[in-house]
Amino acid sequence: MTTLTRNASPAEHAVRRPLKRRGQSDLKIALFFIAPAMIGFLVFYLVPTLRGIYLSFTEYSILGDPAWIGTANYEAIAKDPLFWNALAVTSQYVLINIVLQTALALGLALLMHRVAKSTWIRGALLLPYLMANVIAALLWFWLLDYQIGIVNYFIESIGLPKVAFFGSEEWAIPTQALINTWRHMGYTALLLFAGLQSIPHHVYEVANLDGASPWQTFRKITVPLLRPVLVLVLIVTVIGSFQVFDTVAVTTLGGPVNASRVLQFYIYQKAFTESDFGYGSALAVILFVILALVAFIQMKFLKGNESDLD
Amino acid sequence: MTTAKVSAPARPAARRRPFSWRRAAAWALVALAVAVSVLPFYWILRTALSTNGSLAGNATNLLPADFNLGAFKRVFGLQSPEEAVAEGGSGAQIDFWSYLRNSVLFASITTTGAVFFSAMAAYAFARLRWRGRNLVFSLFLATMMVPPIFTALPNFLLIKNLGLLNTLAGLVLPYIFMTPFAIFFLRQFFLNMSREVEEAAMLDGAKHLRIFFQIILPNAAAPIATLALLTFIGQWNEYFWPLLVGQDESVRVLTVGLGVFKSQSPQGAPDWSGLMAATLVSALPVLILFAAFGKKIVNSIGFSGIK
Repeated sequence: MTTLTRNASPAEHAVRRPLKRRGQSDLKIALFFIAPAMIGFLVFYLVPTLRGIYLSFTEYSILGDPAWIGTANYEAIAKDPLFWNALAVTSQYVLINIVLQTALALGLALLMHRVAKSTWIRGALLLPYLMANVIAALLWFWLLDYQIGIVNYFIESIGLPKVAFFGSEEWAIPTQALINTWRHMGYTALLLFAGLQSIPHHVYEVANLDGASPWQTFRKITVPLLRPVLVLVLIVTVIGSFQVFDTVAVTTLGGPVNASRVLQFYIYQKAFTESDFGYGSALAVILFVILALVAFIQMKFLKGNESDLD
Repeated sequence: MTTAKVSAPARPAARRRPFSWRRAAAWALVALAVAVSVLPFYWILRTALSTNGSLAGNATNLLPADFNLGAFKRVFGLQSPEEAVAEGGSGAQIDFWSYLRNSVLFASITTTGAVFFSAMAAYAFARLRWRGRNLVFSLFLATMMVPPIFTALPNFLLIKNLGLLNTLAGLVLPYIFMTPFAIFFLRQFFLNMSREVEEAAMLDGAKHLRIFFQIILPNAAAPIATLALLTFIGQWNEYFWPLLVGQDESVRVLTVGLGVFKSQSPQGAPDWSGLMAATLVSALPVLILFAAFGKKIVNSIGFSGIK
């Protein structure tokens, strides 16, 4: 998504360097080189974005033509308990992911930085991330099965009551978040690990000479210097989590009752099960706005684009 | 670009460090994380090789419960419905060979197209001089911010109006022309490549097309391979779009097929060994790619996030 390294300057240099003295611009040949990508951009990104916004102001059931109804969809959404439920449920999912995933990944990255830098270990930790969400979902659907899943077997063997991970309302969302955490933990740890590796060693040596405790070093040196990477990781986690769909679609289908009816699954149901494309588009616009706001706020307040290492 | 080099000077002392409990504890935690990441894959294999009826009685046995290849036969449609039902399957016709073929087609066509066309565009953004270049580039980058579901709805309508629902063309079209990430990724590499060879070729009268094919592409082979690998894995795992436009058996990809297989599985007593066999078949190509190019994939993480 975004590069971690901050050596954009030589690159920027290359752009600004006067491109030969041939005087004339390369517009014609550039058009040739950019044509296929431009078609993709216009047809499958730009036009659909505009069309999606337009559709959100219409009533459209695929059959016939979209009929303009102004802000009626948005007004209906504001009064739609299922929408507010979806928003609450999705937020819960996002929150668990941020806390759990970031904490575990940061801990893991620090451990790796201390003792285990081998590519083998990094590879093993990355493995879950390379699997499709559908695979992760099915795998855990089996491991966490109420009747004969191995996790519940262990839970019972230490004397606790079995947990209906997918079948109970209070566990449905935490379970989805746990699956996602399992899939992303290693990947996030690797991103943070790369960030840790780029902190110059002499900074730590100075802290050591000054007699700083490990906790002080962590708080006063590691965290501030790691901040750009941390912010990036947070943004990627939040934006990705808000769009949870796959694992819900193959396991709980939004249930039990509405416990895991997350936003994107609700959009999918409105548009494709109920053929209400206008309403679905309006929901998608809202999701889009939420994501843009989240990214903006995180960039602005956590100052993700500035490093303290200058 | 690689960050690993930074810590090199600290190495010599690390060779013979005395035993310490803290280091041992740190190692134990890392080992735990590795186990949690990797062991579930063994459990997939173990379950896939088991007989459904014996799973409940052998919940913690590390070896397959009643070793049996029936699950794989079921997944590839080699069992008669009666046999399948007898072993705990649904008896519904399922054929993972065709899903495997569709996934291979879908992922390789979109990867080839997206990487090649993105490389062309990246060349125009990195090496050619034209008005509006930076503006167009920022527009392309901005599309990375648009959530896929947002464009998926109108794109579905477009594919439907074109009459391409349930065709391979409908599946690949939105991905084949470019991905913003690929353009961004390759432009960055092209910008950092030395211009000397190109300028010499230019003096010899070489045209841009020749420079692109004979100098740029060969010199950027490594990053292009990494990008292709990451794109392929991403496409292989894609679920939402194929679910919308590729429901039909003839174009169904593995992820969608897995979902269908799961929903067909008997509700009360799911066909666990069948499901795990199907899961393993779907995961295997990525596992093989990982075994072959793991180092490339791991090292790419320091440089940039995959998607």
